Amino acid sequence: MSTNSNLLGGNKLKNRVMLSDTNLLLIINIVVFLVMYVCAIVFLKSGFTKPQTFLNILNENASLLILSCGMTLVMLTGGIDISVGQVTCLVCMACAVFLNREGGTPYDLEISMLIAIGIGLAFGIIQGYLVAYLEFQPFIVTLIGMTLAKGLTTMISHDRVAVTQPRFEALCKLEINIPCGFTRTETGEIVPLYLGSANKLGEWVNAHVEIGVIIALAVLILLFVMLRWTKLGRSFYAVGGNNQSANMLGINVKLTKFLSHVLCGLCAGIGGYVFFLHSRSGSTLHAQGAEMNAIASAIIGGTMLSGGVGNIVGALFGVLSLSTIKSIVASLGLQDAWWTNITVAGMLCIFLILQSVILSRRNQSKK
Amino acid sequence: MTSNENRLKTKRSLMSLIQILVPIAFLLILVVINLIHDPSFFKIGLEPSSAGNLQLSGNIISIVDYASELAILAIGMTLVTAASGGQDISVGATIAIAGSVVLNIVKRYSPDISSQKFIGIIILAFLLSILVSAAFGAFNGSLVAFFKIQPMVATLILFTAGRSIAAWINNNENISIADPRFGYFGGFIPGIVIPTPVLISVLCMIVIAVVLKFTNLRLYAQAVGINSSSSRLNGINPQIIKLLCFIILGVCVAVCGLIKVSRTASITYSVIAANIELDAILAVALGGNNLGGGKFNIASSVVGAYVIQFLTTTLLNFNVSSDAISFWKGVAVLALIISSSPYIRRTWTDIKNKREAARAQEQVQPQNTVKEEGV
Repeated sequence: MSTNSNLLGGNKLKNRVMLSDTNLLLIINIVVFLVMYVCAIVFLKSGFTKPQTFLNILNENASLLILSCGMTLVMLTGGIDISVGQVTCLVCMACAVFLNREGGTPYDLEISMLIAIGIGLAFGIIQGYLVAYLEFQPFIVTLIGMTLAKGLTTMISHDRVAVTQPRFEALCKLEINIPCGFTRTETGEIVPLYLGSANKLGEWVNAHVEIGVIIALAVLILLFVMLRWTKLGRSFYAVGGNNQSANMLGINVKLTKFLSHVLCGLCAGIGGYVFFLHSRSGSTLHAQGAEMNAIASAIIGGTMLSGGVGNIVGALFGVLSLSTIKSIVASLGLQDAWWTNITVAGMLCIFLILQSVILSRRNQSKK
Repeated sequence: MTSNENRLKTKRSLMSLIQILVPIAFLLILVVINLIHDPSFFKIGLEPSSAGNLQLSGNIISIVDYASELAILAIGMTLVTAASGGQDISVGATIAIAGSVVLNIVKRYSPDISSQKFIGIIILAFLLSILVSAAFGAFNGSLVAFFKIQPMVATLILFTAGRSIAAWINNNENISIADPRFGYFGGFIPGIVIPTPVLISVLCMIVIAVVLKFTNLRLYAQAVGINSSSSRLNGINPQIIKLLCFIILGVCVAVCGLIKVSRTASITYSVIAANIELDAILAVALGGNNLGGGKFNIASSVVGAYVIQFLTTTLLNFNVSSDAISFWKGVAVLALIISSSPYIRRTWTDIKNKREAARAQEQVQPQNTVKEEGV
């Protein structure tokens, strides 16, 4: 009898804990995002009903989304990477200078992609080695990485470099429409119907996304699958939750930490290239503060900096919430630049306090 | 027993000595490099300024002068690091707020007032900026202490919003103060040959040394940093200690804000004290303090701050372009931090232990014990 009741109690507790960590924070974030967007549609009306407005948020923040995914991985193991913004900047500058050089080969575009991934991987491997095997604090290591990347960027060029390579421009201008059904034209052909909205003249304008969004979503899905169903992904959670018990379970803690930094570096390289595709130029001012935005999105998405709690889908909704509140503030007519920052900070503050309250309640219920 | 305690004590003081020796050794390397490259680097002159007052000049003076803000920040940052086990990344933004408050008050009241009271207005503005930045420090501190948010994340809020708040205070206007006396705090007071920021930073160091000597702040901060819950069981309130450390950092930030705006007599919200938080954290790390909290050595961090400024000036002296400075700075700091990493230290002690064990095996057993007692 007693064991039975114990079992029941254990089950109850388990359910509660399951809801209390990752999922609850993520659900709160999704609800807040939806409420925010619906309020914007109802009260502001200025374009929020158009699908293109939503897709523009994605277009502009595709690189931030990739950076946030990488950041989530590192934060899951209890680390942090603040070099991603400057690595993005470095990737843009290196690729721009490479594509603009005289006498290019026909495969310049592919080589520039390899350069981007190579830079990201190099930073990831060096930082990961220092953090995991030489046991430095991740904050300091990536701080130095940030300084190094900044110095390298300005050493390559001080000025803004606009890219004029024809194949690259063609790739940038690639617009992908989103099919949402089929219609039959008057001649009887079956034609796909694209998502979009009518403009002022009554013509149907197809909404489009850039190639970067597709890359970002692909990265998101890959990482989601990895975290959910692979051994490596589960070991990220284990290492972040408790270092020592993960070690006792036979997980190679050092290798896991190393790999999280390598993957984050890879994400920074890919994110840098996506930023490059969006901006079509290299400049020392690119992606300023992107690392803080990425950390903020990951936190709003429910990833805890203490490690072990988080979800890669949270990064998506974190980025969406962050950029939606920015566009709401902009469309409210508060044009002054400071309002955006203050609202973002306020939102971050609310989510942090929410996290902490939930965490302390969970700890109490455990006792 | 007492000899054991004594031994422990000497060992402890030796440890803190070793800790401060690391940045000093780095400083010495820089000095030697400069001596070989250009001995006139160390020339200190006494020259009259444009107003006719005598002032000290030279590379060393400018290093000590420009490192003042960093040294003051390093004091507060070390305390915060020790007690909370994290760093405050909002100091640059809070400096902008403090400077903005000072300029706002001085600009608002200075035109209507007789010139004798000008200094009084500056002091009033300074006190108000101390209040404001201590309040922001308390905000950060309460997030860390009561809501148990990691310090770096809690201060991310102010890091994002701080410069915007600073611009908001002055309605994004570019304020500049024409009165030359406003520049005293960032330049020279007539009749005194030492730059005022140096005097202010020395004053801050004396104050913190006195506080640490005569209060239990050091012990409490270390106890909270090493183990928060066991310090609570010993009757220390960890939340108040953490809050206190953040408020002290807030006061340090206000002092830096005054020096910064006094140097230029104006403010650029997005540029003022940019990246100073990173340099301050580096100063703490260079000083050999554990960034995860616990034991700390403020003198060591302050030396670390001067090392950073010395490095920058040395690089400029070597005609490194100002763009590439951050790269070489990163390389130098990386080398230093690798050399003092826990892994390298452990390997080093491992090698030493093995050697000692080998020596002990060679020697006869009784001799060995006698030797140990002698030590």
